[in-house]
Amino acid sequence: MSEVPLPTVTPLTEPYWAGLTEGELRHQVCGACSNVWLPAREECPRCLSEDVAWQASSGRGRLISWVVYHQASHPAFADRVPYNVAVVELDEGARLITNVLGPLEELAIERPVVLQIEQEAGFSVPRFRLL
Amino acid sequence: MRGKVVIAGIGQTAQGKHPDRSPTSLNVEACCKALQDANVDKDAVDALFVKYPTSGHLPMYGQTMAEAMGLQPRIGGVWDQGGAASASMIGFAASAIEQGQCEVALVTIADNPRTGTRQAYERGWGDDAVFGWFGTPASYAMIARRHMEEFGTKQEHLGAVAQACRRHGANNPGAQLRKPLSAQDYAASRQVVDPLRRDDCCLISDGGAAVVLMSAVRARAVGVPAPVPILGYGQGQTSWEVAQRPRLTDTAAAVSAATAFAMAGVGPKDIQVAQLYDCFTITVLMTLEDYGFCKKGEGGPFVEDGRIEIGGALPVNTSGGLLSESGMPGMQLVTEGVRQIRGTSSNQVVGATTSLVSNQGGIMHTHSTLILGSS
Ligand SMILES: [Zn+2]
Repeated sequence: MSEVPLPTVTPLTEPYWAGLTEGELRHQVCGACSNVWLPAREECPRCLSEDVAWQASSGRGRLISWVVYHQASHPAFADRVPYNVAVVELDEGARLITNVLGPLEELAIERPVVLQIEQEAGFSVPRFRLL
Repeated sequence: MRGKVVIAGIGQTAQGKHPDRSPTSLNVEACCKALQDANVDKDAVDALFVKYPTSGHLPMYGQTMAEAMGLQPRIGGVWDQGGAASASMIGFAASAIEQGQCEVALVTIADNPRTGTRQAYERGWGDDAVFGWFGTPASYAMIARRHMEEFGTKQEHLGAVAQACRRHGANNPGAQLRKPLSAQDYAASRQVVDPLRRDDCCLISDGGAAVVLMSAVRARAVGVPAPVPILGYGQGQTSWEVAQRPRLTDTAAAVSAATAFAMAGVGPKDIQVAQLYDCFTITVLMTLEDYGFCKKGEGGPFVEDGRIEIGGALPVNTSGGLLSESGMPGMQLVTEGVRQIRGTSSNQVVGATTSLVSNQGGIMHTHSTLILGSS
């Protein structure tokens, strides 16, 4: 069976993945304009400041949208179909791609969700469960 | 500017499978046909605009194409905007002609993802592949879900778009897929990535298409047989990835259309026929909304009762679109928009005098609009 494609950790993204290993989901915050975002960038996309820091999120957010794969585009996911991929917006404002744990029929936009860090081939990844 | 530049000629290859043909060869064939249609010799061409072939990375491809065509263009090159490139390049070429930068422009696209490689459309999205986030259809499905949940858009509304395109394609001898689609067929079609079914997703096609542009004055002087004036054009871009887009249901189509309508001096009510980029059915619903054919969120009800089919109030994708004629990214919508003004479409809208074309690329990242007219 083929392996799940794992993220490539770079100097830019290392604090993100290290945070998950330590049990927290971090997002970036701009020291100049307080803008908050994911994924990792070198400059604030709003004011272009390089004064960028990492902050721990509350891990709480809401479901923006989701899809359900009925056929796998990669063999590693063949035995997981049907599986969902979702967009979650954290209460702090950053958005990310993730999976929502829970029955598909209970998914609805704007539903509150909370972080649940799970292991994927030794990698800590951020998933969410319905609140 | 309005109407001062014309589409003098159109050409396209057969659509479907072209094993053993390169994108370059398909581009050359499309260009030759467009030149023949315009009754223009290739030696008159002094500008060559080429779409970046999505399936293969071909650096400096504009020069590869110019060499293959035996041309030394004054201006030209490759435009990398995904499916918005065709209409965008036509806009740039029209501006260049108007500004005296060139006189006769060839604008061409070709690709062979069907018999070549379609990897570009199925790859994982960087680090998010760990969540199983793969492929272009899923990103459109993410937008479609939000639209359905937010506005009550139904699966049947997506189906109505597919049915209209398939009905028109069935009557187009050049279409790759000529099998009409009933509501029952659609409902039974395989789920790919929910809420999108197989019949919500465009075809994968090898093929090419090209147009020749020149000033209306020149077209008259050299006796171009069937010139079609370009009344307006515009572009817009939403550069955020899907997850980062502040509102998943807003697109830059609105900006693009507003620019094109203002330039043409017309509005949605003046359009008799539209070719709307239909890589996925949801794109058509959202384009109808963002262009002002209906209100935001009402794209679903708008397409009910055959309104976008031939005989309806606004026939859309009268050659079958990407869902039925060819999955080629966009130029075939321009050539059909031209045929509607010439009166030569296989699904002709009687008395069509103003024809609209939308192109878009990426995951609704880039958008481009053309308005063509009979005067
Ligand atoms: Zn900032």
